[in-house]
Amino acid sequence: MAAIIEVRDATKRFGAHAAVDRVSLSVAEGEFFALLGPSGCGKTTLLRLIAGFETADGGSIAIDGTDMTGVEPQDRPVGMVFQSYALFPHMTVAGNVGYGLRVTGVAKSEIERRVAETLALVKLDGYAERMPAQLSGGQRQRVALARALVKRPRVLLLDEPLSALDAKLREQMRHELVRLKQSVGITFVIVTHDQSEALSMADRVAVMELGRVRQIAAPDELYEHPNCRFVAEFIGRINLFDGRAAGVVEEAGGRRLIVEGAALGRVGVPMNGASAAASALAVGVRPEKVRLDAAEPDDQRIRLQGRVVEIAYFGETSQIMLALDGGATVSAALTNATRSVRPGVAVGDVLWASWDPADTLVLET
Amino acid sequence: MRHDRLRSWREDGAAFWALTAPPVLWLVAFFVVPLAMVWLVSFAGRGPQGQVLPVATLENYARALEPIHLLIIAKSVAIAVAVTAICVVIGVAMALVIAFAPTRWKNPLLLLVMLPFWTNLLIRTYSWIALLRSEGLVNLGSGWLHEAADALLGLVGLDGLMPAFQPVELLYSTSAVILSLIHIHLPFVVLPAYAALERIDRDCLESSLDLGATPAQTFRLVMLPMAMPGIATGALIAFILALGSFVAADLLGGTDSIMIGNLIQRQFTASNDWQFGAALSFLLLYVTFALVWLNAARRARVPS
Ligand SMILES: Nc1ncnc2c1ncn2[C@@H]1O[C@H](COP(=O)(O)OP(=O)(O)O)[C@@H](O)[C@H]1O
Ligand SMILES: [Mg+2]
Repeated sequence: MAAIIEVRDATKRFGAHAAVDRVSLSVAEGEFFALLGPSGCGKTTLLRLIAGFETADGGSIAIDGTDMTGVEPQDRPVGMVFQSYALFPHMTVAGNVGYGLRVTGVAKSEIERRVAETLALVKLDGYAERMPAQLSGGQRQRVALARALVKRPRVLLLDEPLSALDAKLREQMRHELVRLKQSVGITFVIVTHDQSEALSMADRVAVMELGRVRQIAAPDELYEHPNCRFVAEFIGRINLFDGRAAGVVEEAGGRRLIVEGAALGRVGVPMNGASAAASALAVGVRPEKVRLDAAEPDDQRIRLQGRVVEIAYFGETSQIMLALDGGATVSAALTNATRSVRPGVAVGDVLWASWDPADTLVLET
Repeated sequence: MRHDRLRSWREDGAAFWALTAPPVLWLVAFFVVPLAMVWLVSFAGRGPQGQVLPVATLENYARALEPIHLLIIAKSVAIAVAVTAICVVIGVAMALVIAFAPTRWKNPLLLLVMLPFWTNLLIRTYSWIALLRSEGLVNLGSGWLHEAADALLGLVGLDGLMPAFQPVELLYSTSAVILSLIHIHLPFVVLPAYAALERIDRDCLESSLDLGATPAQTFRLVMLPMAMPGIATGALIAFILALGSFVAADLLGGTDSIMIGNLIQRQFTASNDWQFGAALSFLLLYVTFALVWLNAARRARVPS
């Protein structure tokens, strides 16, 4: 598919501080793309560069094959949904939604038709004459969406669209956005600091840290194959152990990297593309891939013995934390798959935590 | 725990009254009572020497509606409207400049706007005399320019081409009154307009641009309506103050520049007609109340 947005080495500095630092990414036509990262990492700034509200200090941004340098926001084929929604408080819902058509001289009858059509799309028929102050947060959000969509942009840019909603509504709007995306068929670029939002909605996610893109990948790829410690820790939960490379061995299953660490001892893990020369490594495993046994497991598995210090009940899972001898901890997530059977574990039990070497992540730090 | 000490006035009546009573008594003694007295006087009869007679009459109000007084009222309103209109145009422009100035410039600019407040009204009015009189700075300046132009023409052998300089009569006219009233009342428009502009969510403006509006459309369709409550409040204050002013008309106005304020002042001094003066004062107060109420009602209608 053709790239609708092509960002090359884009840099934006505020004073000496680079809010966006040599970012390159390309968004395919029709894709649901997410920019994910902690607060202050430059997501909004990157979105504003694409929308044209900020001018890049370096690099280039092209939309639909056209270089956007010097193109004003009003002339870019993108629509922006602001984090604050930015509805015009003195206009009705219909006035807000029709605004972008009115200022560009679209005929009155055409405006009415398209406003009604778009309000139906966001399920707000019947609200046309309300004022924004008379709407709930979720309804305001829909008005903001309709106002941007009525212009039929090639790309919709959404800055933290769900952050102002309460948890229940957020969940509902998440499905709504995916449905909307499917029915209008345009490209969505969404900014969020909430990993579950990004993972559940987006086709691909760019993880940012301190103005830089650390990894761009599909959600499952990000979770199962993070390319660095930052991404591994930012997405989901993970047990991480410090270690260093201590050679490579050839085995039947392929080349294995030998890693030595204080808590870990000496283990062989799949290479995962990690360099055998790297002195500082982190070995990680996701809690749901860790099994707990009273008896020492079979030889293939990487294992650690510890004492249960905490059991956290989350409903669908229980997180069991073991304290190891050296002071490190390892967590296992157990699914509460049936109502009656709870993990037969109590604080103080001495257990073996083990996992398949193939589930091990080796990360350069 | 600090908030424990913040108790309701119901629980702590003594403290509440100890703090509230002095200002309330002050207001009653020096504002409500005198105002009530003036109000009563506005319905009183007038004795041969101007004494206040205890009879209830609407005579004083009826006199205010005589053509000669109506003319003065109409003229005052016209002056106040002109002053307000010009104050709004200049004031909104100034407020815009300040609202969009770099942050470190905002406070110095606001200070410049407020500076005249700290200068006595009479001094500000006399300054206009110094500027506008026939030997004033404006005439001196233009006279100097005239001479310079004449000298320049003289250099190229065209001396005597320019007519002799005639100082312009600027002072003692309605224009001079309006000019000084604009100067005095401008901050009352600038400050609320600035506050309203400053409060506008910048995202709304960017959103407008993003939706394809030009900056001019954004100003007309988004900024101005969103700042309107502040601008209206500023305009209202300027109008009320200009309508009741009398110093400018007294010092800078010509024989025909008398305003309702001068008329009132004259009743309490030279004419010794307190009854009529009180009625005129209260007419002005009724108009003020009506305007303030209308503004409040309009604001209540617009949900923010
Ligand atoms: N207009 C601005 N002036 C100065 N610094 C800014 C401005 N906008 C953003 N920044 C800084 O740039 C960094 C990135 O900000 P932003 O893009 O808003 O982050 P995010 O949206 O990821 O939370 C932050 O450190 C922020 O303080
Ligand atoms: Mg942000």
